[in-house]
Amino acid sequence: MLAAGAQLTGRPGLARAGKIAALAGIALSLGALVEDLGRPERFINMLRTFKPTSPMNMGSWLLAAYTPLAGVSALSDVTGRLPLAGRAACYGAAVLGPAVATYTAVLVSDTAVPAWHEGHREMPFLFAGSATATAAGAAMIAAPSAENAPARHAAVFGAALELAAGRLMRRRIGMIAEAYESGRAGTLLRAAEALSVAGAAGALLAGRRRGLAVLSGAALMAASACVRLGVFSAGVASAEDPRYTVLPQRARALAANASGT
Amino acid sequence: MTVRPIRAPEVQDTTGYPPGHPPRMGFFTDTSVCIGCKACEVACKEWNQLPADQPFALTGLSFDNTEQLSGSTWRHVAFIEQNKPIRTPQDPGDGAGGDLRWLMASDVCKHCTDAACLDVCPTGSLFRTEFGTVVVQQDICNGCGYCVSACPYGVIAKREDDGRVFKCTLCYDRLLDDMTPACAKACPTESIQYGPLDELLERAAARVQELHGDGVEDARLYGHDPEDGVGGNGAFFLLLDRPEVYGLPPAPKATTRDLPSMWRHAAVAALALVCGVTAAFAAAHHPLAQAGAKWSRQSPLMTRTRSSRTTTARS
Repeated sequence: MLAAGAQLTGRPGLARAGKIAALAGIALSLGALVEDLGRPERFINMLRTFKPTSPMNMGSWLLAAYTPLAGVSALSDVTGRLPLAGRAACYGAAVLGPAVATYTAVLVSDTAVPAWHEGHREMPFLFAGSATATAAGAAMIAAPSAENAPARHAAVFGAALELAAGRLMRRRIGMIAEAYESGRAGTLLRAAEALSVAGAAGALLAGRRRGLAVLSGAALMAASACVRLGVFSAGVASAEDPRYTVLPQRARALAANASGT
Repeated sequence: MTVRPIRAPEVQDTTGYPPGHPPRMGFFTDTSVCIGCKACEVACKEWNQLPADQPFALTGLSFDNTEQLSGSTWRHVAFIEQNKPIRTPQDPGDGAGGDLRWLMASDVCKHCTDAACLDVCPTGSLFRTEFGTVVVQQDICNGCGYCVSACPYGVIAKREDDGRVFKCTLCYDRLLDDMTPACAKACPTESIQYGPLDELLERAAARVQELHGDGVEDARLYGHDPEDGVGGNGAFFLLLDRPEVYGLPPAPKATTRDLPSMWRHAAVAALALVCGVTAAFAAAHHPLAQAGAKWSRQSPLMTRTRSSRTTTARS
């Protein structure tokens, strides 16, 4: 999306940074997804059906559409070949980008893992914020400082969304929030908040100072990585300790009994 | 409390099987008569040719050395030791009958009415059979493992050496030949009963009433209620204590019940992302921002940085 905006507003440096970051990101994700399968050679079975009840299936279709677009967009920009197709692909990828950024939140929430499932309302906003902050961070690192103003604004927006969604989620999910606040997840998420605040402040103050922009961009990317790893750790911790499954379910059953029979 | 007989939801109809399909089949596991012999575990392993578990080790958890259901264990007999007087009609609970109560229960895949594993399977490998059970098609599964995290009971699991997921098929192959599943066939006390789900539900309701009449007030059914979070189970249980005592979730819910809300929240979040990034570009073109950029170029802080840099360069 950043690349498309840059392309539209005549910022070739920012556009190139965005396109390459998008391709690198999606190639890594797709590689990790296939590698993580028990039978990687059967990846194509993901596209046997079209099944909205399965976020994994919808995500596979999204990646199948987004990856070639991001690829054409980045390759055309770097090689200078097929400029029209490249620009079109970039706009196509920009349309799918927000869906790619948020479907992963549905993917983790649509499970029986208490910390992931109970946070399902805020998770898409957390992931959208963290995706925006990462993309903006990458652009701040790679794009010339004369062109990076939109990236700096987007960075502040992304970091703010990420912080607000994370806080709101932990407040709403009751005792399950402990999974996010203690242990490895707690450490990672506290680091993420500090890095986010630092990165956003840097983005606000950077102006055309390249050094500060690069530092802030790196802080935002690191914050985002910490958020993802922190959410993952919290999920694992909440699935391992039966307390997180039993206590909220018992409370739910009691409430249902009280209101029903 | 009276226990009304309940009719099982006809999942085959909603799945799209034409009329004339067999009735929904299932298990009723009456743990009040389980003697913990593990014949079900053994029969299941043999019939389904399941690989051995990890090298045999004593867990110290009573006689339970299986611990949990897994990709290669589709029946698991739990042993729970409790310090609780055993009460019978002959001995109405003055504690003289001993104070060790031993609960035994054979756990299995629940073949849920609203099966989250089936809903989230991206390949369509998991499917609903004409008997209303939930089965993995091993030639299609690509081992993504998403069903593993979707199951509210922790039943389905990946065999790491194989890469694919496995779980109880309710002996689909035997059902096709009109045979009783291996575990129910092997059970010497009829703790595991197999049959049309409606019949089992009726029988179970009668059994609970009988036990209540005998003074076993803790007896309760688990997974029988079509109104529960998973629409009721195809394999349900009679328990003698709260489900969590047996390691079962007290009020499980199919995670996909919230999926429409999840997609809606994701759509709003995606929209927020679009608005945010658009605003970021708009802000960069806003006269105020242009002025700000100009100011920051001329600000004393900026000038100082520049001059210091020049100094460094010169030195």
